[in-house]
Amino acid sequence: MRRGEAVEVFNVSKMFGTYQALDQVSFTIKENEFFTLLGPSGCGKTTLLRMIAGFERPSEGSISLFGAEIASLPPHKRHVNTVFQSYALFPHMSLEQNIAFGLENLGWAKAKRQARVAEMLELVHMSDFAKRRPDQLSGGQRQRIALARALAPEPQVLLLDEPLSALDLKLRQAMRDELRALQRKTGITFVFVTHDQDEALDMSDRICVLGQGQIQQIGTPSDIYEEPQNRFVADFIGATNFLEAEVVSLNGDQAQIRTALGLEFTAAQKGVQGPGAATMSLRPEKIGLEEQASGNVFTGTIRSRNYMGGFTHYAVETAGITLQVSRRNALSHAESYDIGREVKLGFRDESVRVLGQ
Amino acid sequence: MSANHDVRHYPGAGLMTTVFFLWLYAPIVVVIWFSFNENRLVSVWSGFSTKWYTAALANDALMDALRVSLTVAGIATVISTTVALCAAMVLSRNSDLRFAKLSETVVNLPLLLPEIVVAVATLILFSQLEFTNGLLRLIVAHSAFCTPFAFLPIRARLQGMSADYEEAAQDLYATPFTAFRRVTLPLIMPGVFAGAMLAFVISMDDFITSNMLATGGTTTLPVYIFSLIKRGTTPELNAISTLLIVASLVIATLALALSARAMRRA
Repeated sequence: MRRGEAVEVFNVSKMFGTYQALDQVSFTIKENEFFTLLGPSGCGKTTLLRMIAGFERPSEGSISLFGAEIASLPPHKRHVNTVFQSYALFPHMSLEQNIAFGLENLGWAKAKRQARVAEMLELVHMSDFAKRRPDQLSGGQRQRIALARALAPEPQVLLLDEPLSALDLKLRQAMRDELRALQRKTGITFVFVTHDQDEALDMSDRICVLGQGQIQQIGTPSDIYEEPQNRFVADFIGATNFLEAEVVSLNGDQAQIRTALGLEFTAAQKGVQGPGAATMSLRPEKIGLEEQASGNVFTGTIRSRNYMGGFTHYAVETAGITLQVSRRNALSHAESYDIGREVKLGFRDESVRVLGQ
Repeated sequence: MSANHDVRHYPGAGLMTTVFFLWLYAPIVVVIWFSFNENRLVSVWSGFSTKWYTAALANDALMDALRVSLTVAGIATVISTTVALCAAMVLSRNSDLRFAKLSETVVNLPLLLPEIVVAVATLILFSQLEFTNGLLRLIVAHSAFCTPFAFLPIRARLQGMSADYEEAAQDLYATPFTAFRRVTLPLIMPGVFAGAMLAFVISMDDFITSNMLATGGTTTLPVYIFSLIKRGTTPELNAISTLLIVASLVIATLALALSARAMRRA
């Protein structure tokens, strides 16, 4: 066993009939890490989580937990616990009984069990609710109990299957912070599945972006956002402008490109094979308007405006291309630009990522 | 819904309802009423009496028939509910089961076959096997035809229950058996109970098969009642019927109350 590896997924494939849900996926999750599997629905992220939990067997490949191969073990013999999307709290048991369930199956003595249940209820601030039943709780409270139940047996890895998706917006934000704090406090490795990029960026140490049954990119949130490796990642994480560009010359990870806007400059590239057609990705917030325009400067016409509170989103047309531009409203009643107005736009070379086709 | 579209405002709805309920319950009311008739003749009222109840309860042949019926129904209920529970578990919790559709049809098929056909077939089979123990024959036959009745509510309950609970139990270190005993079974209990209830009632009520298989000493209650009618009806018969109606009402009320409570919880 190599130190510090909580989960190792190696060359795992999964077929459902003739449908390939996962294709030769390999990655490792480090100990004490908050690791997120992110992707659109149908990308295989839940299948992957269910394979770590033991509810699905990989068609090929191996999965190890702290160095021990577990792919063939049934769920009850794996020292991992799951927080289900539906929470799956047992409706016929009190919250106390729900949390004690795993401990009883592990053969913990009664006194130790009771102490652990009390500790867990305390941890999720639900001590006053021990005798209640799940149907007497709100969504957020159920979420907490599901967490307490999964954490009680001190799992080596905690698996979370879109646990926040059933909560309303305000609560979801609060639970994000709480989850993150809980992970730091317990030091347990969290594997979190979500389709929500904000959640992933906000909470994770590292994110694994899955698409079409394959890993698209693994990295820290800022790696994923600022340096997407391909078009899929750039498109799925955050909003971006894709522009057609022509690579004039290539120098390592830098590419000299000519864009449809008539500009020519050098930018970081990923996956470009050589000179020819490519795509450039430019995030809306990296384009400056008027006095904020710097670097490559050109003009365009405001076509639409969406006021979002903290930001105003503009669609700006230039040379037949429409760019999404996001401008932070730094001052109250910050200046906003009317539709039809001609404005200066600008972006810096280093804001651009050139991606292979 | 506006008042105009309420079905109660349709012309003749009240009358139809009255006729319907009269048609359904008048015979039962008549039976109960005449069970308290003092007269030897069933249809001539001559005063209130409970003597036919005393007579019925003192009738050894009747009590024997009741005992046979309860024994057969009791054992057949346990067997058929257990078999139905196993079948429902396999059919509901195995997504990659081969012949799943066929298996389900085979379990439910006895519901569609005419009972007389199955009864004759059972009789012939038992004769060829030289299977002669009367009570055992009844138990085996009843267990078989009660199974689909027990199966339907259990299957419905299992289908309505998310597999997440079982997965959560196994995730929390429960062996498959512990998960079944502590999570699945308590959650599908209303369905199991309803299935057992149905099986019990179907067995108690059965005439065709029981009559076909009956030997001396294994006369069930419906078979005995039928034999009484052949010798002419007596008010005693009314008393027996009334007792059966009361027993059924108690069981049905209990079943409804229990399943309503379980539904509220789930």
